Amino acid sequence: MNSIPLTAPRCVLEANNLSIILGGKKVLEISSLQVRTNEVLVIIGPNGSGKTTLLLSLALLLKPASGTISYQGHSINNAAEILALRRRLAVVFQEPLLLNTTVWNNITLGLRVRKISGEEIKARTEKWLERFGIASLAQRQSKTLSGGEAKRVSLARAFALQPEVLFLDEPFNGLDSPTRQALMEDFGNVLRETNVTTVMVTHDRNEALMMAHRVMVLMNGRIRQDGTPSQVFSYPIDEEVAGFVEAGNIMHGSITSQTEGLALVDIGGQQLEAVSELAAGTNVTMFLHDDDITLSIPQSEIKHSSARNQYIGKVVKAFPIGSQIRVTVDCGISLVALITRRSWEEMGLKQGQTLIASFKASSIHLIPRR
Amino acid sequence: MMQIALLSLLVSGSATLLSLLIGIPLGSTLGLTRFPGRRIVVSLVNTGMGAPPVVVGLIVSIFLWRNGPLGILHLMYSPGAMIIAQVIIAFPVVAGFTLAAVQQLDPKLRLQITALGVSKVQMVWQMLLEARLPLLAAVMAGFGAVISEVGASMMVGGNITGQTRVMTTAIVGEDSKGNFSLAIALSVILLALVYLVTLALTMIQQRNKIR
Repeated sequence: MNSIPLTAPRCVLEANNLSIILGGKKVLEISSLQVRTNEVLVIIGPNGSGKTTLLLSLALLLKPASGTISYQGHSINNAAEILALRRRLAVVFQEPLLLNTTVWNNITLGLRVRKISGEEIKARTEKWLERFGIASLAQRQSKTLSGGEAKRVSLARAFALQPEVLFLDEPFNGLDSPTRQALMEDFGNVLRETNVTTVMVTHDRNEALMMAHRVMVLMNGRIRQDGTPSQVFSYPIDEEVAGFVEAGNIMHGSITSQTEGLALVDIGGQQLEAVSELAAGTNVTMFLHDDDITLSIPQSEIKHSSARNQYIGKVVKAFPIGSQIRVTVDCGISLVALITRRSWEEMGLKQGQTLIASFKASSIHLIPRR
Repeated sequence: MMQIALLSLLVSGSATLLSLLIGIPLGSTLGLTRFPGRRIVVSLVNTGMGAPPVVVGLIVSIFLWRNGPLGILHLMYSPGAMIIAQVIIAFPVVAGFTLAAVQQLDPKLRLQITALGVSKVQMVWQMLLEARLPLLAAVMAGFGAVISEVGASMMVGGNITGQTRVMTTAIVGEDSKGNFSLAIALSVILLALVYLVTLALTMIQQRNKIR
């Protein structure tokens, strides 16, 4: 066993000066990327940004034109090393990609080629079928499964391998909303239990918010930002990244009470009302889209409004993005609102000005915090 | 007549088996790998699928003649010679069907199988398993090609009664002698034989198709 350095989290996978050329075009250029032990790294980016290409090359399924990939400090060179290492990894693709045989045979194939004992194969397969709620499907032919069931099989197949690093390429794409929700929940629980080092690629920022310890934004084949979810989503590094992550307000808090689907959320001492079924006492991450906030000048008295949340605050920052302006308002909590340049001018706003920020309880998105 | 039918089955059955042993590895290699000159080989296989049996018979004859390069084997006018000729007819058919079967598999599936940590040989095996139903079509086509061919069997077998006479050569022989009723009877038996073998393979192929 290597000793774990105390200064930095141990790094299981490292890529340096990686470049990938497809069809004569350089699609990926990564100067340095590290995956730390036991973290969930989510790589987000728009379509065509090179996410899948990056995932495939990290999972040793695509040979880079140049650059090095090393696992636990050893760089990978020849075919035998690649095969040996692939057997320590698992990859889940966007489509379930099951073999035309039974669910059981699909899950055991990877275990069989690893020369794992029959007893162990049986135990692991049963465990993971059970864990993903598909034990009753064990003897079914893969072709007869629904999309959601097939996805569960492909996830169970990956976890049964007990990989050192788990790679996922848009695993929740193409499922209908209830199926997707249920699967994300189960998957999130399994991730927490196993603590497996995970690299997931997605274009869905909610997935990143729910799962990630660390988020990387990939655009045009380059890593543009790397940080915690709240760093990336609250403080996008530039306009382009902001445009993609649709920067909003992300805050942590806890639910103080909940009646009839309306929850009172405590965020840094401020009480907010949000539409949510989550129980009182739940620690949550609150997500509020920046263009869901309306700013208004306080008149003699506040008019009645259907917006459940109204706060008086002061403009502390204004930052133009195209035809719009991102206004940061301090109301005890710091809120970022996106308004048009014209509104800014017509309202005669300026720094330090007092105004009211209002937003509906249904605009707030609450996610239980890991 | 029974003996003729049995010899037909024996010769064409073994020729089909041997052509599977050559055709499946060849077809899967062509379908799953990329190497310089691959397209040339594929075009040769496709040509072989349509090679006229008489031409194959002629070439095999030239090799097996007593003073030919392989004359020393004394195979001319034997069932062995007929098997050789039929293998040459059938293996490109099997290779062509195998190539088509593995190429129609989702390339992403191959990536997934690779990602599961299989070796190259295991990968090819898994792909063939995945293509097992279309591969049965290769068996049927290969068998169909040889059980029904007459030109090559006639040329390298010689239609010798009790030794190399098979269904097709017997039909030609009886027909030329004017024994139409016997020719028709043989034809019915041949058709029934082809049908039974194909039926058995089709049953296997379609077994899992009903959901």
